[in-house]
Amino acid sequence: MPRFSQALSVTVAALLTSSYATSASAYTAYITNEKDNTVSVIDTDKMEVIKTAKVGQRPRGIVMSNDGKWIIICTSDDDDVKIYDAKTLEYVKSLPSGPDPELLTLHPDGKRLYVANEDDNLVTVVDIETSRVITEIPVGVEPEGMGMSPDGKVLVNTSETTNMAHFIDTANHKTFDNVLVDSRPRVAIFNAAQTQLWVSAEIGGTVTVINPADRKIVGKVNFEIPGVEKEAIQPVGIRITKDGKTAFVALGPANRVAVIDTATLKVLKYILVGQRVWQMYFTPDEKLLLTTNGASNDVTVIDVANQKAIKSIKVGRYPWGVVVSPN
Amino acid sequence: MAFLSTRTAEHTRASGWKTVSAALLFALAGAAPALAQGTSTEPAPIPIPSAQPEGVNVHILYVKEKRQKELPLSLLDQPNPDDGIAGAKLGIADNNTTGRFLNQTFHMDVLEGDVDELIKGAEEKVASGDSFVIADMEPASLLKFADALKDKPALIFNAGNADDSVREENCRANVLHTAPTRSMLADALAQYLVWKKWPNWLLVVGPSPNDQLLADAYKRAAKKFGAKIVEERHFKIDTGNRRADGGYEQIQQQIPQFMQGAKDHDVVVVADDDEVFADYFPFRTWIPRPIAGSAGLVPSSWHPALELWGGTQFQNRFKKLSGRIIRPIDYDAWVATRAIGEAATRKQTSDFKTLRDYIRSPEFQVAAFKGVATNFRAWNGQLREPLLVSTPKHLVSVSPQVGFLHQFSVLDTLGLDKPESKCKAYTQ
Repeated sequence: MPRFSQALSVTVAALLTSSYATSASAYTAYITNEKDNTVSVIDTDKMEVIKTAKVGQRPRGIVMSNDGKWIIICTSDDDDVKIYDAKTLEYVKSLPSGPDPELLTLHPDGKRLYVANEDDNLVTVVDIETSRVITEIPVGVEPEGMGMSPDGKVLVNTSETTNMAHFIDTANHKTFDNVLVDSRPRVAIFNAAQTQLWVSAEIGGTVTVINPADRKIVGKVNFEIPGVEKEAIQPVGIRITKDGKTAFVALGPANRVAVIDTATLKVLKYILVGQRVWQMYFTPDEKLLLTTNGASNDVTVIDVANQKAIKSIKVGRYPWGVVVSPN
Repeated sequence: MAFLSTRTAEHTRASGWKTVSAALLFALAGAAPALAQGTSTEPAPIPIPSAQPEGVNVHILYVKEKRQKELPLSLLDQPNPDDGIAGAKLGIADNNTTGRFLNQTFHMDVLEGDVDELIKGAEEKVASGDSFVIADMEPASLLKFADALKDKPALIFNAGNADDSVREENCRANVLHTAPTRSMLADALAQYLVWKKWPNWLLVVGPSPNDQLLADAYKRAAKKFGAKIVEERHFKIDTGNRRADGGYEQIQQQIPQFMQGAKDHDVVVVADDDEVFADYFPFRTWIPRPIAGSAGLVPSSWHPALELWGGTQFQNRFKKLSGRIIRPIDYDAWVATRAIGEAATRKQTSDFKTLRDYIRSPEFQVAAFKGVATNFRAWNGQLREPLLVSTPKHLVSVSPQVGFLHQFSVLDTLGLDKPESKCKAYTQ
């Protein structure tokens, strides 16, 4: 019994602390500001910028190391990938990446970093510990989106001018299938169960859902917003909830995030956010979704459960990528 | 049990934690770490096969008419032997990169000569399987060429002239147009000037028939978008050879004199289709006014400094392939090549009729670094695309401008719209 009462008192303390917070526990979000060459650091509890740090030139894609110690950024105009300490924002080292890196993804093994090189039609694989290039994988014209299967066995890369999702076997780094999608595919992402792969087509204005098992197209998500011209609906960022039931799609200059039922592929709702919304990231508790709004220089915080935009946070100029710390 | 799936204990607050039994709390403490690792949803395995789709080969012919033209004024604008051709070559390279994954190959032949030589060569090439032709020709030659290939399995893409008449009263059913028209270009600039609230234009028109066509396009654009041409002046000074040692001394005197005493205007619009005198105007006017049209602020389909919408990668690829900076005709030829490649990729065939019908259909679209999809107008085969308004070194804006509306596509605010079109070949 004494043991249980101690457990209870710990719980009480946790509850008291959390009752001050309007949302979840505090995580740290990192936003790359493409035009400013900076990263804005956001406290997701306070929902404000707590720090802005200079990084390399034209920072775009951003991920975190699996242990949360490093943030890893594509500094496109420096033609490399730079690593910064997540706490101090101090520069750690640079990784070779090939020219003009844009988006990247880290293998679940925490070592292999996959970088899309738009200029070279290659996906570069880098060991983040030794900083060595492991290999380069030829893909279509202007590789961009990088979706890693949750089991780490398959990487999907999208190529913007070739209009394909390339399926790459991460054991031998060879493409084993290519699926045509609509014009200018930007982002590819698996659901947690690996039963669906979602690919956004910015110019096509659609999201294609593919069955990873046979690479057949299961369906397409179409968007229609009253009062918004069709050309402005340009899907880019995608996030799917851990239970696999709901997907969020950022619609670029339509200034909205679509909420989609993954079973029916029907749009449930459009959430009005900032201008030219591109990338998004959940807080680890999935209570909040943060969006980068390039043209309005801000981040919109979406309450995931209520599917509502609850706050807009001013960041640097042309915010591009976003990642949230795992703890 | 529902709260077990949440990450932390704090969510249980509302449901009255005091009544929760100690045993359940204990269970929660044990279960939480396992759930955090995500073992509850085991990812479905993805089988990895090996298969190769059926091979497709597409042959494209590029024809370039040799022309006797006065050289443009600026050294920077002197023609390159591969103007246009280099753009098409990049399109072929891009198509082949894509084709690698679909077992498709794209090949291009290039012919240069006068129109009769080009017709003869094209007839042979079409007979041996070149089914798509990218043409860089004068309007009259284009019509002759198109008529010679009329009943042959060949679709022509006009990348070489901006003439409205070959899209309108002289349109041909076997020709699509990737070069923008004079009226589209004039409308693109006009929309920006009207947006800028510079509606009073002084129009300076050169002596050539093409200058007159360009001036007509600007007059039409002014009327369409509510600008006013306060005065029209005809520039008839024979500028002579484009360069001579010195030369600036006399021009410095001539241009201000020519511009003296004009009615008050916001901007000078210069119609110089052959680029032989417009560049004399900036900073030499009588009163300080910006220059637009054929010099200063210029409308175009492409600009060598455009970096929007992935344009940087396109510029870099072009530079790597050709060793020079890109020209609008390279872009127009690239779009034609990519349109063919896109159709072959989507339809998985090289069958001429299938590809031609698809390219001309409303479903067709090709991404061309313009932020929106481009496709062909169903009534005259003209590429529907946003146009750039730029200074020599940098982009100023992209038209259509915000605020201009259209019942079907805002892109159709540029150039002659369906109800105005005189083209009959497409509707017959």
